[in-house]
Amino acid sequence: MFYSLGRYILLLRLSFRKPEKFSVYWAEIMREMVAQGIGSLGIIAIISLFIGAVATVQTAFQLISDFIPKTVVGSITRDSTILEFSPTISSLVLAGRIGSSIASQIGTMRVTEQIDALEIMGVNAPGYLISPKVITGVTMVPLLVIISVSLGLLGGYIACAASQDVSTADYISGVTGGFNPVIVTVCAVKAVAFGFIITSICAYQGFYTSGGSLEVGQAATRGVVYSCVMILFADLIISRILL
Amino acid sequence: MIEIKDIYKTFGENDVLKGITADFKPGKNNLIIGSSGSGKTTLLKCIVGLHEPTKGKVLYDNENFTELHFEGRVPIRKHIGMLFQNSALFDSMTVEENIVFPLNLFTEMSKSEKRDRANFCLERVNLKNTNKLYPSELSGGMKKRVGIARAISMQPKYLFVDEPNSGLDPKTSILIDDLISEITEEFKTTTVIVTHDMNSVMGIGDHILFLYNGEKWWEGSNHEIAHTDNKELNSFVFASKFMRAAREKL
Repeated sequence: MFYSLGRYILLLRLSFRKPEKFSVYWAEIMREMVAQGIGSLGIIAIISLFIGAVATVQTAFQLISDFIPKTVVGSITRDSTILEFSPTISSLVLAGRIGSSIASQIGTMRVTEQIDALEIMGVNAPGYLISPKVITGVTMVPLLVIISVSLGLLGGYIACAASQDVSTADYISGVTGGFNPVIVTVCAVKAVAFGFIITSICAYQGFYTSGGSLEVGQAATRGVVYSCVMILFADLIISRILL
Repeated sequence: MIEIKDIYKTFGENDVLKGITADFKPGKNNLIIGSSGSGKTTLLKCIVGLHEPTKGKVLYDNENFTELHFEGRVPIRKHIGMLFQNSALFDSMTVEENIVFPLNLFTEMSKSEKRDRANFCLERVNLKNTNKLYPSELSGGMKKRVGIARAISMQPKYLFVDEPNSGLDPKTSILIDDLISEITEEFKTTTVIVTHDMNSVMGIGDHILFLYNGEKWWEGSNHEIAHTDNKELNSFVFASKFMRAAREKL
């Protein structure tokens, strides 16, 4: 374990060496932003709408009583969406979508000697392959989480409008009332941390792949599993520290 | 010139290379031959720095490459071109993007200059109008030629070729061999080729290094190889009936 941790840290250090040419790295970052960000919009939109809707329906089911104001449903949905559902569940889904793609892409480059070709040319292979992905991860995952929060709250609104358990006016009143800005800070910190975890762990798994196509698949699986575990662990740590 | 001095390479308990010393001269096709597992690819990887030798050193024009760190090696690496066994073209890039990739990173050439250079390299390997194709759209022989075009794009002083004939039909193999030989002569590169293809050995082997169990067993030219009395080399080179018959006619 300590060997892997040391190798992971050394790889990250190599990844953030001075680039050979900034413009080439910049183009790579832009390409990754399209692949990771735009490419993940669809799945994030779908899960966020449903998560928001389900959170609202279930909260309403548990809390509707004569002693509790109905606006509570909106505020609980808002807090749980911003604090937990959007950053964590979106990141778990992104670990599957982005993480497996990163690990298998870099792993395939390793087993087909493309990484050796980069090194022979004098290119810092970890820098060229990993740093654009990590930079993209820590910028695009927060953006996707912001979209996820918005769509989650919209999902809750649609659920209220459809089910009539809680009126849409009560829901909006709950969502907008008693807002504590610290939850947005926690959400942003989580999103940045999860973006880093997904991209760096999966890139590490791909970079040290050896063998053939079977091992590339195994590296992608390991990358996703380790990312998911580390996301949940980081979720706990960040929540404990910041809340 | 490339000099390798007393190269040892050990993986765990396995001694793959045992004290190999040799010189590779410019403008010559230097072949490293040997049976599978003899250490020829490991030796090539030690020379280009993909493996670090356990002991010994590699000198590029008298500069000790082995003791240099990553940044120190970059100036030498800019003069290295390499064709890999499976070509190792970047899948996500077109043929032209593959060729201009090192130019993008290490030169200040304009777009049109880079395009001209890519066209020159592709014409040199007899591949015109393939600029916009992706590696997945190319045949094995075409991939090798694009690999050569990429390797020569930076006008290298040292050209390394790993198993250039693997997976190719005999006719295409000869074309690739001839192309490498022409480039070596034209650009005066120090070319090091790892192969176990006997057509290459007899056709372009100006200087041949025969490895046996990780040791340098024989060194000479393709003219000398036919008349050697080295038992292991003979059993390797003249393993087939065809080669034995050809030898009798020499």
